[in-house]
Amino acid sequence: MEALIPLFVAIPLISAFLIIILGKLVKGLHRILGPATLLALLIMALFSFTGLNQAAHIYTMGGWSSEGGFPIGIYLVLDGFSVIMLCVINLIGFIALFYSLSYIRKYTAEANYYALFCLIVAGMNGVVLSGDLFNLFVFLEVSVISSYALVAFGVGKTELEASFKYQVLGGLASMLILLAIGLIYWKTKTLNIADVRNVLDAGYSKPYYIFVQVLLISGFGLKAAIIPFHAWLPDAHSSAPSPISAMLSGVLIKAVGIYVLIRLFFNMFVFTHEIAVVFTTLGAISMVIGSLLAIMQWDLKRLLAYSSISQIGYVVMAFGMGMILIVKGDNYPAATLALAGGIYHMINHSVFKGLLFLNAGALEHRLDTRDLKKMGGLSSSMPITSSTSFIASMSISGIPPFNGFFSKLIIIIAAIDGKFYLLAVLAIVVSIITLAYFLKFQRYAFFNKSPGKALEKIREVPFAMSFSMVVLAFLCLALSLLAFPSLREAVLQPALQVLMQSELYSTTLLGI
Amino acid sequence: MTVYILCFVLFLVGLYGIITRRNLVKIAISLSIMEFSIFLILVLIGYVDGGLAPIVDPEMAGQVYVDPLPQAMVLTAIVIGLATTAMLMAIAIRLYRKYKTFDIREIKNLRG
Repeated sequence: MEALIPLFVAIPLISAFLIIILGKLVKGLHRILGPATLLALLIMALFSFTGLNQAAHIYTMGGWSSEGGFPIGIYLVLDGFSVIMLCVINLIGFIALFYSLSYIRKYTAEANYYALFCLIVAGMNGVVLSGDLFNLFVFLEVSVISSYALVAFGVGKTELEASFKYQVLGGLASMLILLAIGLIYWKTKTLNIADVRNVLDAGYSKPYYIFVQVLLISGFGLKAAIIPFHAWLPDAHSSAPSPISAMLSGVLIKAVGIYVLIRLFFNMFVFTHEIAVVFTTLGAISMVIGSLLAIMQWDLKRLLAYSSISQIGYVVMAFGMGMILIVKGDNYPAATLALAGGIYHMINHSVFKGLLFLNAGALEHRLDTRDLKKMGGLSSSMPITSSTSFIASMSISGIPPFNGFFSKLIIIIAAIDGKFYLLAVLAIVVSIITLAYFLKFQRYAFFNKSPGKALEKIREVPFAMSFSMVVLAFLCLALSLLAFPSLREAVLQPALQVLMQSELYSTTLLGI
Repeated sequence: MTVYILCFVLFLVGLYGIITRRNLVKIAISLSIMEFSIFLILVLIGYVDGGLAPIVDPEMAGQVYVDPLPQAMVLTAIVIGLATTAMLMAIAIRLYRKYKTFDIREIKNLRG
């Protein structure tokens, strides 16, 4: 089990460089090696998910374990929370790459696309597994720099502009994160997340760490596009090639944004009531404003990008509510429910938002436009795209029996149980607004009268694209099974345990 | 203390540049200035007054050494910074070819 952990980073890194080096000699290598890598990673992720029999599996790089209680080497940690993220990353990665087999043919320099895709996956796997702050920063940069390149992959006017904007804001965020890491090292003299927790337990100066926490929230908030930091997201996510949009919206903002924030604030700091309130407010604001901005959009992918901000708001709000309840300490069942809702919604969002971006890509592939006003009447000519996007739209707006309904329901029940009545009402209202703009998408794209004769000759997209969409649509239904309490416990319990008993992370890692 | 304040001033210079400059290349330069202010802070974190380079010599007992870890971090961060700057400049060149200008007031297709 421990031997598997470094492979999550090593395999995609190696195949990224193999694609570039051997791609010159062997024609079409990238079309085989790319999907094969991601499939192998997916199988490994699912295997480690089923084989997770203890609290945390630790791999120390280079065999440098601890010396007198002080960890020296870099730790890679596989625990209940990171294994769920690994499954999500590699699942969406594999499906998006399989979809790309047909989609990316219209671009030149295909091999570079597959290599960058492997790099982005390597970076995200590294971020999720890393138990060391600086190592986390390095993997984060690996994934975001390849995402800058992938956003600009079309090298059109809008792609380049979006990528430049994304890079400036992303660079700013990275600097804030690096400064925070430096400041943590200054006071604690360690970079290991578990060891930092251990040092902080002995007592710390509060104002200093509030500054560090603010830096971390703004840095990772920029990466996760929580609302005051969201300006880059609609441009970057709508300009990228569609499978990349699915990766960015579905996985990247969660793996390098939300996941790291949650991991650091639960397992490294002991969060205070103020921080918990900040999380909840940021989440609620992104939820409301994101949906209001989305409803005004006519560009399909921009609409989906704003809706990502709104759905990420749900996740952050659920985690924030859980944190407030944990700090109060009197209602643990509601706190557990809120955290479960947050994780569940995070998984669901990556599935249905990935699917929606793939649908948008399919429409763009056939129509060469993203403008909803120029579409119409496509439900008969593109039946697979139409039906899968209908499933995804219903799922994201919270209509039973799809998965989005259950995760939103769990969040709302937790909000009512924890006496956050305003937040519960907001969550319901935003869900209705979400339904409104997805009905707009459905009506204008598929059910309206066709604006011209040209659209009637449109055919369904090729097999690789339609197959990936069908798989994700099936997952939208299958994931709703997690609503059953017994199944939910089996899947989410290891992750919840990491968050609820947050001190266990440092004690198991340091072996105290 | 003065050194830290100077580092912070450098950080603010970079931030000011990013916010006010309208030339793509100048924005990239401002971002680099900001990066380097952070690198300076990182180096300062490892600095010990009168410390030697951290090559421990068993014959010289009681000698003070500077902290090597921030130096290793800075080296890695510089390499990453190089990658970001290269990427940024590559995009700026491509943008110039499309728009024939570096002025961000004329590069604004994306709105709303």
